[in-house]
Amino acid sequence: MCLAIPARVVELRPGLRAVVDLSGVRKEVSIDLVDDAQLGDYVIVHVGYAIGRIDPEEAERTLALFAELSAAQGGA
Amino acid sequence: MKYIAEYRDGEQARHIAAKIAAEVRPGHSYRFMEFCGGHTHAIARYGIAGLLPDSVRMIHGPGCPVCVLPIGRIDLAIHLALERGVILCTYGDTMRVPASDGLSLIQAKARGADVRMVYSATDALALAGKHPEREVVFLAIGFETTTPPTALVLRAAHARAVRNFSVLCCHVLTPAAITHILESAAVRQLGTVPIDGFIGPAHVSIVIGAQPYAYFAEEYRKPVVIAGFEPLDVMQGILMLVRQVNAGRAVVENEFSRAVTPEGNVAAQDLVSQVFELRESFEWRGLGDVPYSALKIRTAYAAWDAERKFGLHYASVPDHKHCECGAILRGVKRPTDCKLFGTVCTPETPMGSCMVSNEGACAAHYAYGRFRDIPVVTA
Repeated sequence: MCLAIPARVVELRPGLRAVVDLSGVRKEVSIDLVDDAQLGDYVIVHVGYAIGRIDPEEAERTLALFAELSAAQGGA
Repeated sequence: MKYIAEYRDGEQARHIAAKIAAEVRPGHSYRFMEFCGGHTHAIARYGIAGLLPDSVRMIHGPGCPVCVLPIGRIDLAIHLALERGVILCTYGDTMRVPASDGLSLIQAKARGADVRMVYSATDALALAGKHPEREVVFLAIGFETTTPPTALVLRAAHARAVRNFSVLCCHVLTPAAITHILESAAVRQLGTVPIDGFIGPAHVSIVIGAQPYAYFAEEYRKPVVIAGFEPLDVMQGILMLVRQVNAGRAVVENEFSRAVTPEGNVAAQDLVSQVFELRESFEWRGLGDVPYSALKIRTAYAAWDAERKFGLHYASVPDHKHCECGAILRGVKRPTDCKLFGTVCTPETPMGSCMVSNEGACAAHYAYGRFRDIPVVTA
């Protein structure tokens, strides 16, 4: 039910609408709840509405944390 | 897919699993509740349970809106569709929830009711524009993730004075349900399991932020780790919970920091409080009546509130007597403890709500886990 997917904003349209791209699938969604979304941002789309945004730096930090775990165990 | 694939890496999952196995204390058991159905689904689908040491047990929580929707609410929607002649719109999962008299919304549709599945609340409002001669009702369910879109649609209906549209509001609140599990005398009498910590909601927390969980952590001394719905997020969340338990800490930590901030989406919260207010009480399947655990539509939007518009009165209806959904939703029983599981109750013919949504504990176990415990015999 709370299923939501990160998708990239590829076009801003009037009336707080935006076209998002998810691996080639494009769809118009509402950005009413994330009204400062910019082109290139990754927003989290739920039932046709962007409800939040991905912070790329935090995303990197989480991935780096996983990588440290592997390094600590001599893994990849 | 960016921000998805990298959080599903099997190699990394094994590293986190090794870390968890190395850090659990011998002789100590760890029981964590994942509140959300999204986590329940991820744990089943990606085989996370199989990567955890025996001493770590995940208990499925009641965070699946389809599962906790009581029969009486579906009955109201079926009544509107069959007897009041409305176009009844709802999200797909709700269509198959078993209700009274062997009916579900999809069976009501087969009997001639005009029931339509919509992807978005805005599609329901658009239908009202397309059929000005008909009443269109949107059966709105979901947690805090799904509530802001419903609020936007109600605001739009109000602004455009769309008179043939209304909402049957069944939106529920996450923090109230967690509190209820932790403290309700009713739940204690019905039997519950000790919980050492919570995996906190992913997408709900994008909206409400990390702050609302501080209360449980402090008041009940239970660690909370907000985690994303991808398998590495869940594994990392479990590792963080194990570390808190080992250190005797009980604080809110945020593994899903790429999307969740301490304060959440404030614009969405403001919008929700403009349109909705707290209900004094709401019945949850499995938890019973939970005070201040759901939202109702404010008086300013009364003309778009289906309960007021159609004079609806809620009546509680007991579940099928052999259905264990109630106990499963409280974390007391597992799907395999139910004698209906996998026999008469399957995803094709669900008897209880936990078998309907793929986030339900029963549907998730049926789809991904039901052969897990059966030993493999060579031919």
